[in-house]
Amino acid sequence: MSPMNLRQRFYLVEVLTGLWLTAAHFFRNMGRHTARAFGRKGTSGAVTIQYPEERRPYSPRLRSLHRLVRREDGSPRCVACMMCETVCPAHCIYIVADEHPNPEIEKVPRRFDIDLGKCVFCGYCVEACPEDAIRMDTGILEFSSYSRGGMIYSKDMLLSFEPADASGRPRSPIPLPADRRA
Amino acid sequence: MLIDLGIAFGRVAFVMLFVLNVAALLGWVERKQSAIMQDRIGANRASIFGFRVLGLFHPLADTLKMLTKEDFRPARADRLLFDLAPAVSVFFALVAFASIPFGDTLRVAGRVVPLQAVTLNVGVLYVLAMLSLGVYGVMMAGWSSANNYALLGGQRAAALMISAEIAIGASIMGVVMIHGSLNLMDIVRGQGYLLWGWVPAWGIITQPLAFILFVTAGIAATKRIPFDMPEGESEIIGYFVEYSGMKFGMFLMTDMVETIVLAGLSTSLFLGGWQIPYLFAEGFHFPWGAGIALPPLLVTLLQVSAFVGKVAAVIFVLMLIRWTLPRFRYDQAMRLGWLGLFPLAIANIVLTGLVLAAWGNR
Ligand code: SF4
Ligand code: SF4
Repeated sequence: MSPMNLRQRFYLVEVLTGLWLTAAHFFRNMGRHTARAFGRKGTSGAVTIQYPEERRPYSPRLRSLHRLVRREDGSPRCVACMMCETVCPAHCIYIVADEHPNPEIEKVPRRFDIDLGKCVFCGYCVEACPEDAIRMDTGILEFSSYSRGGMIYSKDMLLSFEPADASGRPRSPIPLPADRRA
Repeated sequence: MLIDLGIAFGRVAFVMLFVLNVAALLGWVERKQSAIMQDRIGANRASIFGFRVLGLFHPLADTLKMLTKEDFRPARADRLLFDLAPAVSVFFALVAFASIPFGDTLRVAGRVVPLQAVTLNVGVLYVLAMLSLGVYGVMMAGWSSANNYALLGGQRAAALMISAEIAIGASIMGVVMIHGSLNLMDIVRGQGYLLWGWVPAWGIITQPLAFILFVTAGIAATKRIPFDMPEGESEIIGYFVEYSGMKFGMFLMTDMVETIVLAGLSTSLFLGGWQIPYLFAEGFHFPWGAGIALPPLLVTLLQVSAFVGKVAAVIFVLMLIRWTLPRFRYDQAMRLGWLGLFPLAIANIVLTGLVLAAWGNR
């Protein structure tokens, strides 16, 4: 670091420069807030995104809460091949297979649980699936629970989620875990 | 007798309510102003029946929170001093405003009432004395907490206060010399004169160097950033590290009240107090000869609002400084106080004396 010159050592000029900068920000933002209060659109006095009401657009590649893709009749597209369960590095998928009534389709999951408390959101399950039956495109990030059990999502819950819209906003309501339901 | 009592009560009540309400409001001002300076929005979530009113309910919510929190006392703390410290701190800050005038005189029921809580011939000294007594609360807090960090904070506060007090005392000597009085009312009245017939003789014009020194040392006396090493929240947390609940809130309030006192004192000493340029007891007299006659009550009202407005403006600048500058290191602050502010203030006294002597000889 170069030694300070006399003007910097005197400090007062530097202080006034700093105050000028912050005051300029204050009055510019104040003017914009006032303009908005009087109904002018466009400029904003703050860079804040007021989170629960406003969200910044998410990338389409975002890995969010899982969902199981449905067939036209509403049954899961999953054929219980156990590929995702095998590839999952966190061992957090638990599948119990069952016969599918349609002879064209081999199997169907009777149980399909994901323990999101263990999941590391690597997305391998999505990559591994041969049927494109599991996706991580719900856009839901706010799932939490007071207990470990509350983080286990069952087949019915996973089937109920819709994919996020084009800007990444979730279309399904944020799931309330069992231990937080009234 | 009863009227006199009522008048005295009114004067004290006005000052007390003014200081307490502005102190509560300052928490909101501090949050919002810093937010707007930093391109943020600031606290805006506290609501009553869905009304948010720009976050104005946050001070209320904060107070409720502090009142309902656990009042924790460390096992080895000195009980008496520990409980007394925040009260001492906030008490002396609150009474310091008493001798600051917020207007000229008002005629009530045939009596001429000076608009200040207490009329004191040594008003300047009184404010300074109360401000420096306030540091005893901080030292008591540091000592009684049985915590080394708190002790360090209290010690730093004492050292900082001494170096700031000296500079404050020396810097206002120039103003006192010009007006020849320690009575704040006389000093404010003296600033109503016009130099060369048109420049108001405010302290900032007659004593510009003293103004800068006073504000710098004054910020140090309030223990706020950039002179917050008694607190030093990133290193020692400071004298109130063991305090919780409303006792902690009282320390926070002390800082706010001291900011108001500093703003009121610098307004009275350097910004003409309740004076409005060219406004006299009968109305406006402009230097180019024009004039507007005003009723006395309106003049008083204008003066009081001028005082409040000036205090608000000074508080804005103090907040601006607080949210712009980083903290001084302990040794830097000591050096600034003893080797920067103090000698400059002494030089200012000598200079003022020479100018006054030359002026008087003409
Ligand atoms: S994202 Fe990774 S860790 Fe989570 S369930 Fe899929 S494979 Fe397992
Ligand atoms: S990989 Fe796909 S089809 Fe196979 S079990 Fe997992 S989700 Fe079902």
